[in-house]
Amino acid sequence: MNNVNDIITQELRAFASSLLESGEVSAFLGFAHGSLPMTTRPFVAKTPEDAQKLVWNSFCVLNLANYLPALLKSIEPPRGPKDPPPEGPLPKAGVIATGCWSRNIVVQTQENQVDRSRLVIAGVSSRGMVDRKKVLKALDGKEITKIEEKDHDLIVEADGAIKELNRWSVTRDNCQSCVHSSAVVFDHWIGPKLDDRQAPNRFKQIEDIEKMTADERWAWFSKEIETCIRCYACRNACPLCYCETCFVDDSNPQWVGKSIEKADAAIFHLLRAFHCAGRCTDCGACESACPMGIRMRLLTKKLEKDVFELFGDEAGMDASKPLTMTTYKLEDPQGFIFEPKHGQKKE
Amino acid sequence: MTENSFEPKIIAFLCNWCSYAGADLAGVSRFQYPSNIRIVRVPCSGRISPPMLFSALKQGADGILVSGCHPGDCHYISGNLFARRRFALFKNLLEFAGIEPGRVNFTWVSASEGERFADVVSQVTEAVRQLGPFNRF
Repeated sequence: MNNVNDIITQELRAFASSLLESGEVSAFLGFAHGSLPMTTRPFVAKTPEDAQKLVWNSFCVLNLANYLPALLKSIEPPRGPKDPPPEGPLPKAGVIATGCWSRNIVVQTQENQVDRSRLVIAGVSSRGMVDRKKVLKALDGKEITKIEEKDHDLIVEADGAIKELNRWSVTRDNCQSCVHSSAVVFDHWIGPKLDDRQAPNRFKQIEDIEKMTADERWAWFSKEIETCIRCYACRNACPLCYCETCFVDDSNPQWVGKSIEKADAAIFHLLRAFHCAGRCTDCGACESACPMGIRMRLLTKKLEKDVFELFGDEAGMDASKPLTMTTYKLEDPQGFIFEPKHGQKKE
Repeated sequence: MTENSFEPKIIAFLCNWCSYAGADLAGVSRFQYPSNIRIVRVPCSGRISPPMLFSALKQGADGILVSGCHPGDCHYISGNLFARRRFALFKNLLEFAGIEPGRVNFTWVSASEGERFADVVSQVTEAVRQLGPFNRF
């Protein structure tokens, strides 16, 4: 019982149930065990007993910030569209947040999607989440029946055989390149506070692709999105995607075709990534939610790199600064602007 | 069709206040430029969103030219400055996904730069001609 995850789970349950018991929050958002090994599901605890179902492990791959706007709305007292807001403060919600999730909460407060004063954030240091697909690959696709997590190893039981895997070797790409692993905003700390990991070169994957020629990059990109079935799991898992009507659902004008044909899938992925420009915190929920194993995170990571290099911004690090795309500077770089060579032949 | 006889189709998104007037001036001043561009007049370069550019490419454009007022000259004060951030990231993203660098071009042309407009169109047309027909989408 001295495993880090167990310590965090115990502290989390105690903290959530004390908040729920005292009535400070009316709901606490965390994770509960999923129905299969290596899965968790987002879980809203509304009573101290519920809070005992919360868990913390290396499979909490979804981003809890995604559920906050709807959760906060759902715990408000019911009222008609024309009724005035109730007097006094609205009920609060608690949530557990790692570095990336807390940065998404900051982005949501900047975009007026959640009210920070209605949140109680339990900060935690993420040790990196495990990529289910990497584990399955390491076991040659055998069906995993049981998985036990130690501090640095995973003990996987598949088809009767037991295999030990190094935990870090199967963590997600975005966790391996993470530089802000601990919550940046929080009201209470859960578990040990670890220093932020220092990935040696967080943009390595992007730089490798940038080195290729245009044709090679197109071949890579086409191959990557070839299997896309347009299920929009990446969009739905994303805490940045809360538009009432998504650009892919628009029908008049219909900017993006709805088929899984190459052009439509390519345009969908490029636009989805572009909508996250300057807002994405590289939480990896899109990639973890993808049933086809598409690495669409590489597109948002490229934007993250450009935003950092061109404008010096990192999403969600400072709530007092405007978001990258909602502001400008007169001296913004404009090396991409086409400058004609002067002096054509005039008649 | 051999490469030399290939005539690219280029969709130009020009802002109403500077670049469209610049194109007009190029015509009035009788500067010669290729007839490969099809102009779409928009209120401001800040009006142009990436879906429009994709839409043009998907529907058969071989190249794209986007032009607005020079920074600081925007009729709406800051439309082109927001657009500049957007286009910087968008152009990089397109190139990252493997669209050739010369396909989608951004520039500034003011209402008094008819000659610059003619230069831009000639040189963009030539660059796209060298790239050949757009067959990614």
